[in-house]
Amino acid sequence: MNKQLRNALLYSLLILFAAAFVFPVFVVLINSFKSKLYISSEPFTLPDAESFAGLENYISGLEKTGFLASFGYSLFITVGSVIAIVLFSSMTAWYITRVRNKLTSLLYYAFVFSMIVPFQMVMFSMSKIANILYLDNPIGIILIYLGFGSGLSVFMFSGFIRSIPIEIEEAAMIDGCGSLRTFFLVVFPVMRPTAITVAILNAMWIWNDYLLPYLVIGSDYKTIPIAIQYLRGGYGSVDMGAMMAMLVLAIVPIIIFYLRGQKYIIKGVVAGAVKG
Amino acid sequence: MHNNLKKQFPIFVLPTLAAFLIAFAIPFFMGIYLSLTEFTTITDASFVGVQNYMKAFSDNSFLSALWFTVRFTVVSVITVNIIAFTLAMILTKGLRGTNFFRTVFFMPNLIGGIVLGYIWQIIINGILQYAGVTITFDPKYGFLGLVVLTNWQLIGYMMIIYIAGIQNIPGDLIDASRVDGAGFFDTLKNVIIPMVMPSVTICLFLTLTNSFKLFDANLALTDGAPAGKTTMLALDIYKTFYGRIGYQGVGQAKAVVFFLIAALISLVQLGITRRKEVDV
Repeated sequence: MNKQLRNALLYSLLILFAAAFVFPVFVVLINSFKSKLYISSEPFTLPDAESFAGLENYISGLEKTGFLASFGYSLFITVGSVIAIVLFSSMTAWYITRVRNKLTSLLYYAFVFSMIVPFQMVMFSMSKIANILYLDNPIGIILIYLGFGSGLSVFMFSGFIRSIPIEIEEAAMIDGCGSLRTFFLVVFPVMRPTAITVAILNAMWIWNDYLLPYLVIGSDYKTIPIAIQYLRGGYGSVDMGAMMAMLVLAIVPIIIFYLRGQKYIIKGVVAGAVKG
Repeated sequence: MHNNLKKQFPIFVLPTLAAFLIAFAIPFFMGIYLSLTEFTTITDASFVGVQNYMKAFSDNSFLSALWFTVRFTVVSVITVNIIAFTLAMILTKGLRGTNFFRTVFFMPNLIGGIVLGYIWQIIINGILQYAGVTITFDPKYGFLGLVVLTNWQLIGYMMIIYIAGIQNIPGDLIDASRVDGAGFFDTLKNVIIPMVMPSVTICLFLTLTNSFKLFDANLALTDGAPAGKTTMLALDIYKTFYGRIGYQGVGQAKAVVFFLIAALISLVQLGITRRKEVDV
């Protein structure tokens, strides 16, 4: 087969696939501007003079779900949890890697073990405990996320710390740095690539997480996934117009985040997969 | 030298450890205990032995969810990996626009399960309306819908891992096989696939665990309809806990079984990865 023909075939295949990947998002986008009567009956046609609804769906969706508040909760919880996870897991990982005794190796295995346990195993008791300890609010849930996120994060940080020569830490300590200063001035800067990976993996998980926040804070604070699910649950027949508009609002921040940080995201996800 | 550090346990470890105990370790052991009791809240648990496990295994919804999950997982693992590997092969040929396609294919991986579920609900119902039905009409539509959705979500992710694996193959190895007169499929079978086996192992297990534990997309796409026939394991456990009064203990017993299967998968993975490391 000659090369041009082969390339033409490959390109057609790629374009076909790319179209299939973009199509669903495109359909949701066009339907978000159609009046709800036309969404179920003609989902694949562009809005016309008759079916065009302007921003009506967006307005009713924002009202029904309180989406702006949800966006705020999701952002606050994701950012807060990611900062807590990166900070505390890296500190813990350094400690249990550098101080070797029975307790630290037990802790290491406990963290690794937690990675394989499905959420359903702990969801009931965890949400009851969160309730008893007054952790059922956007600040308390950060502690829960630290607990759940620490498994993978401690594991990844520990793997990296083992590759750092211990001599540079000792040099800092001989120069009179205490443990905290050694960690933040010497160790943490070296771990930057791992910290970015850990931050991205946890951000993707927490931003999209549904069941954990639903069980812990769902009745008072609706994060974006909870708000979207609520749209179906709360109102007998689903308002498809509002649903489409809210799906668009849920996807747009993700796409912006992705296009801006693509390089780090893809690298981070591959690194996470290879180690996890 | 790290003696000073040793005394700093409360600063370095305690915050993480406290969160870990509250969110994971204590609920985990409580979960095992509660699976042997009857309870509605955690304070009124009374010991009933293995009764919950017997109820779980004689519960048709659990067995049907298990069977549905297994079938779904097998089909998803195969389709995702074949398509992802094919795309990775094409995107490592140095064609122009490779980056653009990579960006597009990976994008759905960032969208969460609930949003994915509703996106595909509108697409699938839109297609099915030409036949005058919806996705909840027949469990086979729900099954197919979940497979398509999972493919859409995971293909880009696996493709990226395969691309990394293929790019690690030394170019002269492939040239050498060409010079020896090997055709495309010979090179693929005898050079490329053996060289990317570590990536294959990673991708197989990632798709396996992701498919097996699927919950959000299942809840959003079909919510188990019709008549619970498209309920997967995670969703069935959830519905047993929160949808059936007096069944919390059975739900917890199902969750323990679910955990044991997931742990078994991870142990097999660990074994295979270890063996591979020895070989290389």
